[in-house]
Amino acid sequence: MSAYTSPVREPLVTGSKTYTDISNDICKPVEDRPSLMFMIALIISASVAVMGVVCILYTIWMGIGTWNLHRTIGWGWDITNFVWWIGIGHAGTLISAILLLFRQKWRTGVNRSAEAMTIFAVMCAGLFPLIHMGRIWDAMFIFPYPNSRAGDDLLVNSLWPNFTSPLLWDVFAISTYFTISILFWYTGLVPDLALIRDRATGWRRKIYKVVSFGWTGTARQWQRFESLSLILAGLSTPLVLSVHSIVSFDFATSVIPGWHTTILPPYFVAGAVFSGFAMVLTLMLIARSVLGLKDYITMAHIESMNKVILLTGSIVGIAYTTELFMAWYSGNLYEVHQFFESRAAFGSGPYNWAYWMMMGCNVISPQIFWFKWARRNIAITFIMSIFINIGMWFERFVIIVISLSRDFMPASWATYSPTWVEIGIFVGTMGIFMTLFLIFIKVAPVVAIAEVKSILKSQGDQYLAAQAEEDKRERELGTGGSLSGAFHRDKDGI
Amino acid sequence: MAHKYLVGMFDDEVPMMNAIEKVRAAGIAIHDAVTPFPVHGIDDALGAKESRLHTAGFVFGATGTAFALFCMTYISVFDWPNVFGGKPYFSLPAWIPISFELTVLFCGVGTTIVYYLRNGMSIFNDVEVYDNRLSSDRFGLIFDLESMDSGEADRVSGMLRDFGAVEIKTQEMRNRQPSMDEQAS
Repeated sequence: MSAYTSPVREPLVTGSKTYTDISNDICKPVEDRPSLMFMIALIISASVAVMGVVCILYTIWMGIGTWNLHRTIGWGWDITNFVWWIGIGHAGTLISAILLLFRQKWRTGVNRSAEAMTIFAVMCAGLFPLIHMGRIWDAMFIFPYPNSRAGDDLLVNSLWPNFTSPLLWDVFAISTYFTISILFWYTGLVPDLALIRDRATGWRRKIYKVVSFGWTGTARQWQRFESLSLILAGLSTPLVLSVHSIVSFDFATSVIPGWHTTILPPYFVAGAVFSGFAMVLTLMLIARSVLGLKDYITMAHIESMNKVILLTGSIVGIAYTTELFMAWYSGNLYEVHQFFESRAAFGSGPYNWAYWMMMGCNVISPQIFWFKWARRNIAITFIMSIFINIGMWFERFVIIVISLSRDFMPASWATYSPTWVEIGIFVGTMGIFMTLFLIFIKVAPVVAIAEVKSILKSQGDQYLAAQAEEDKRERELGTGGSLSGAFHRDKDGI
Repeated sequence: MAHKYLVGMFDDEVPMMNAIEKVRAAGIAIHDAVTPFPVHGIDDALGAKESRLHTAGFVFGATGTAFALFCMTYISVFDWPNVFGGKPYFSLPAWIPISFELTVLFCGVGTTIVYYLRNGMSIFNDVEVYDNRLSSDRFGLIFDLESMDSGEADRVSGMLRDFGAVEIKTQEMRNRQPSMDEQAS
């Protein structure tokens, strides 16, 4: 009701919901006993997670020799997985922060689960550089703190990290990103946890009383809530752009052909949003039907997300093409060899298939989303989301492994394939991610209840239908059209 | 100490906003308003001042930038100078990423802490609610019964009923709840 809504806009809340319905529908999965399907899914993902933990412990116990990395290819699946997981997290921040600043109302249906995904994905991502260190018990050395590593006196002759290294920037970027994402997510969650508290009795009420921090929903609390949301959104927007830019600096500031390109930061950010949205769709398409949330995560939401996928996928496509063009245009022998021989030309390198896997999944197949029927088709959307998850993983593999496999000296050229330990850790992080996500949908509302309520009057189907009816009547009477309707609505001051 | 409140509950925000305007115009003090989601324009209707949280955010952010630059300068120029890639000890451009991240970190964490403190929220908070449905589908206007006589309370109840309140009740709370002005920014 606060703003004029075009009559051509689709409703974002369907089924003529009232405020009571919204509370009941979204709290239902949290309040009901877990279903058999849920328990089976939880057991499977927890088992996969345990397998991953075993592989991680094996790596720590035996050393990095359990992986197939060597002097030529020092970064393999581990860093590929790290960049892939970090990228997946970016959709959550884009939806909750950037779309908040752009006043996109469809974010309210998916922001909560996307933010949760961000946190779990960053957790999985952070594991890889840590275990790749080998001596994980020295992991705190990456942080600059007064120490006696170079002498006995604290603060005198301490040994410090290198502040001009992108690897250290990454430490700061990712720990800041993780912290801010948790604050943003939890602060938004508190009013909904308070709702569950108020609906619950007995021990559940006691638990939710603690985790909802004593939220009561007074006018002052909401005022500060909105103020804080805006501040955190304003912070997260440049933050999310900086995080993947800094991840790309890990490569772009080096001199390896294929890494040494200035296009990497924007291309990584677009790719991150692209892969993140694919993961949001993969999970939400399942969740909306299993949890019965089709009235809150509607076709309009899915179509909007597919439009973002089409846009970011096309940006990524342009970036791939630009890289090829610049390699040719530069006339640099090493660049031409990297982009054409090692990557694009079939039959001239061991990993050409990986490059075309990336091109096919990320650039060619999403073009189907130019068609409206495809954007609104659940099966196509689901298949595309899986394709993009695969394609974006291959993008990182292409950048990292192909570039390293063919450097300046043919004598050091090599190939790389992962051991069972590396594969086990990657699959294991998927188990960790799914386990955390399943626990999340059982203990907290998967859709931001208060935010959906706040858009009900402007996006609920019954209100939009009534508005369309009123506009039609006014047009017939010649007393003005939808614009005068907007004026009247704004005069309500609500 | 037990304290009594009059709670007028609406099932929609529009009649509640109308009631706020009329009740305030009649010179009656509204103790607080409790809603299940942020109702647009309610701050102005209740005459609440703007939150000053963004000022805190700026101060914390500026502290973060200063802290990052101070530490990196102390460490890289004075405590343990090292030449990396032939660059000067004081490599400001290369320090921008970390300065930026610490600005965001300090601002985000600091502002959130201030938010929880000012809202009086913590895990130890022994919260009392005026009504369980006020976080779900009811919009409540709260009046302090201890500060009005029974005649005035009846008058307020009548007004609320006229403006469309679906339920009006007297709620006794274990503790006195701070009014909107007492929770002020």
